[in-house]
Amino acid sequence: MANVAKVRPWRSLILLLVITAGLCAWAFWPGQSHTPRLGLDLQGGTQVTLVPKSANGGGDVTPEQLEQSVEIIRQRVNGLGVSEAEVTTQGSGGSSAIIVSVPGENRQGLEQQLSQTALLDFRPVVLEESSAPTPAPEPSVVPTPSPTTTKKAKKGSSARTATTPTPTPSPSAAAPDPTKMRPPIQAPTNSEFLQRAYAALDCSKPENYQGGTPDKPEEWLVTCSKDGSAKYLLEPAFIRGTQVSDAQAQLPQNGAGGWQVNLTFDTDGAKALADVSTRLVPLQPPKNQFGIILDGLVVSSPYFQEPILGGTASINGNFTNQQAKDLANVLKYGALPVNLQIAEITSVSPTLGADQLKAGLIAGALGLLLVVIYLLLYYRALGIVAVVSLMEAALLTYTVFVILGRTVGLALTLAGVAGAIVSIGITADSFVVYFERIRDDVRERKSLRVACETGWSKARNTLLAADFVSFLAAAILYFISVGNVRGFAFTLGLTTVIDVVVAFLFTRPIVALLARSKWFTRGGPLTGVSPERLGVEPSRELKEARAERARRKHKEEPVTAGVGSGTSSEGESE
Amino acid sequence: MSKPTSLASRLYRGDVSYDIVGSRKRWYTVSGIILLLALVGLFGRGLNFGIEFQGGAEFQVPSANCSVESVRTAAQNAGASAPIVTSLGDSRIRVQTEELTPEQSKAVVDSLATTCQTTAGEIKIQLVGSTWGAEITKKALTGLAVFLLAVTLFLTIYFEWRMAVAAIIALIHDVVITIGIYALVGFEVTPATVIGILTILGFSLYDTVVVFDKVKENTRGILGQSRMTYSDAANLAVNQTIVRSLNTSIVALLPVAAILFVGAGLLGAGTLKDLALALFIGTAAGTYSSIFVATPFLCQMKEHEPAMKALAARVAARKAGQERKASEKAAKVVAGGPSGSISDDVASDDDTDEAAAAGVAGAAAVATETRKERPHRQGPRNQPKKQSRSKRGKS
Repeated sequence: MANVAKVRPWRSLILLLVITAGLCAWAFWPGQSHTPRLGLDLQGGTQVTLVPKSANGGGDVTPEQLEQSVEIIRQRVNGLGVSEAEVTTQGSGGSSAIIVSVPGENRQGLEQQLSQTALLDFRPVVLEESSAPTPAPEPSVVPTPSPTTTKKAKKGSSARTATTPTPTPSPSAAAPDPTKMRPPIQAPTNSEFLQRAYAALDCSKPENYQGGTPDKPEEWLVTCSKDGSAKYLLEPAFIRGTQVSDAQAQLPQNGAGGWQVNLTFDTDGAKALADVSTRLVPLQPPKNQFGIILDGLVVSSPYFQEPILGGTASINGNFTNQQAKDLANVLKYGALPVNLQIAEITSVSPTLGADQLKAGLIAGALGLLLVVIYLLLYYRALGIVAVVSLMEAALLTYTVFVILGRTVGLALTLAGVAGAIVSIGITADSFVVYFERIRDDVRERKSLRVACETGWSKARNTLLAADFVSFLAAAILYFISVGNVRGFAFTLGLTTVIDVVVAFLFTRPIVALLARSKWFTRGGPLTGVSPERLGVEPSRELKEARAERARRKHKEEPVTAGVGSGTSSEGESE
Repeated sequence: MSKPTSLASRLYRGDVSYDIVGSRKRWYTVSGIILLLALVGLFGRGLNFGIEFQGGAEFQVPSANCSVESVRTAAQNAGASAPIVTSLGDSRIRVQTEELTPEQSKAVVDSLATTCQTTAGEIKIQLVGSTWGAEITKKALTGLAVFLLAVTLFLTIYFEWRMAVAAIIALIHDVVITIGIYALVGFEVTPATVIGILTILGFSLYDTVVVFDKVKENTRGILGQSRMTYSDAANLAVNQTIVRSLNTSIVALLPVAAILFVGAGLLGAGTLKDLALALFIGTAAGTYSSIFVATPFLCQMKEHEPAMKALAARVAARKAGQERKASEKAAKVVAGGPSGSISDDVASDDDTDEAAAAGVAGAAAVATETRKERPHRQGPRNQPKKQSRSKRGKS
């Protein structure tokens, strides 16, 4: 309290001005969207919340499994050809959820496509054909001096394994007619129908390697590789993904041939592998290959070098560390990383979205108006300071939303709007706490100038403590919850921080400046802190100052001076 | 406006003082009754959970071309058994059903679209699996537990553990009341309601922190005097912050009221209304509890401390002595002589002392006008205390 004299209001104000100007420039720079990104409930669209559940019943979903699921879902969503579709995760461990947002009109059937379990299976290759203009050269076998239990395999000509980054669909690609014969094309036998489909299939077209539809393991299959570089005709599956008990990326002991993926199968899988590998090894390429199919697309198509009898195998093909890890992840989790349960589907039409946005804005405007009226009536001049502070806080909040919407894709939902409206009250509360402290000190017969300082030093800690609790609530809500609650919590946390910034860098210095103005310290009725109104006798100095003023006014001209100087101090507060 | 303000300042100076801490039994009874009602509601009627918690399907269809009855028939024809059909505002009809598979839901949507002559795209659909509701509830409860722990820790560090306990008790009080009212009235509990209730946590604590901050200020160095007990000082703090608490609550409630009004009026139901309703009840309860529950409870705990007991004994002894003197003095005041000695002493001292005197010697309050004007005090607050005590010791 002793060092309250060292206030430098201008410094804080300039700092805030720089911050505000910076945010505004960033938010309102020409050529970009100047409005916050709206959530689906405000712009219309479909949101599906999927909850991953560990497939084998026990244990939490691991981060790798979650990542793998998201990857698969992203692939499926991209397959829909909606350019703005979004896949995000929330939470972690047992409480994680995958949220798919598709803006625009209602989409029926979206959820079915999303919730299907990704299916991994191993199928013998019957035909393989590269769709690249210049066929990739047939790969050479990499001999690795490993134990016989190792499956020597080389990646198929085209399969670049799961390392391929998620195919980004060209927006126009899938738009025309997604129901036409798109892979996976299946038939119970290797029929003429399937042969025709194979012949007609053009895997260089992006819509043909979007995948997303799990294949039926017991049927024959015509499909593309994941990156569209080759097409395949495959036999029914001989190993299901569930039969892979483990997959690890490893460097071979002698270090030759880059990274490899070591596989372990369960008893049934080992037996099937032994049978099939024995059958395939003597055949000509591509018939000595098998395809690893994930969600209807061939992820990799290595060939057998020798029969694999021991239930463990390794795939090697000069993989990089990352490639090997990705393939191992596909093998380990790809089949059933998790069961995806549809937790919630919400579909909001654009009309309803617009209505809700309108309601939110009206509520916000009304709430702000009520608070402004109350503050002005009760605190007068200080009320103006409070109102301008609120405007500053609103401006900061808006720009931060615009910026975050553009950079990290933060969407403003109806709950977020509600959070912002509620925060009007919380922000104004800070001013009330400060102003009441000033008034308390005036009641203790301090001069206004002193009361503005001592009031602040007392209010400051209260403000920080109370805002910290609010922030704590928001942060905990944010990290623990999902969906709507999260949007609300984010807004609340953000506005709490902005509240502190505005109170320290704006309200406080403005009041300090006001305390220097003669009009304010005379404590007229319009200041909102006149000693008379607070029920105390004005101090002797104050009386003298008023008398002095009255004398001068009398000498010059009788104008309603209170109002005149009132506007001057308003100018100061802006 | 001038009347409440002057009341405010009299409250501040302790001229008018409501003995809130002393009459805690009354407030506990009031809270007890409300809590009992809330609990009866909670366990008797139970909460009306929305589909988000139970699982189920909800459709909202523009109602320009159809009635509630025709919509109900359409939903039933499409295979929804016992749909709950209500109209929202005047432009939408809401249909709630049991959990539906996506295929069933599609059938309902198509049927509704035909009945109301609109397109499937215009219908709001929400399908919630029943396990998800359990998940949400679990998360909300986890959040609550983590929050309570964190806040208790913070308040213990910032204030002391007794204040933390009192604050948490007030918090639970508010939340139970809010939930209870929901149960009693039968409002639907949706995730938005949960958001509202979680926000109340922050709000209720905000209020309590403001009051406790003043209590902390007033009770600093309280053991170094013998004029007021902890409860007296805390009671003064409550009285001094009543106006502030009212103002913060009004300011906080205004926007909430706006949401409530617009949410209920324009949309009929939904996120805005559910949220605002919970907030409105909770904030009101929060203001009440920080004054009438948290502080008396805190005092009860504090008065159990040996040091505070000793203080209370000292104060009582001193009071007995002073009452004698005060009655003598009061006689003098009535006789006409302005009593300078007490009021002078008071004004020069810390505000706790000021109020103590005001509380102890009721007659001194009348003497406000006789106070001399004095220069502003800017030095450390507790400085004059020791001297004043020794002076008083002699007298």
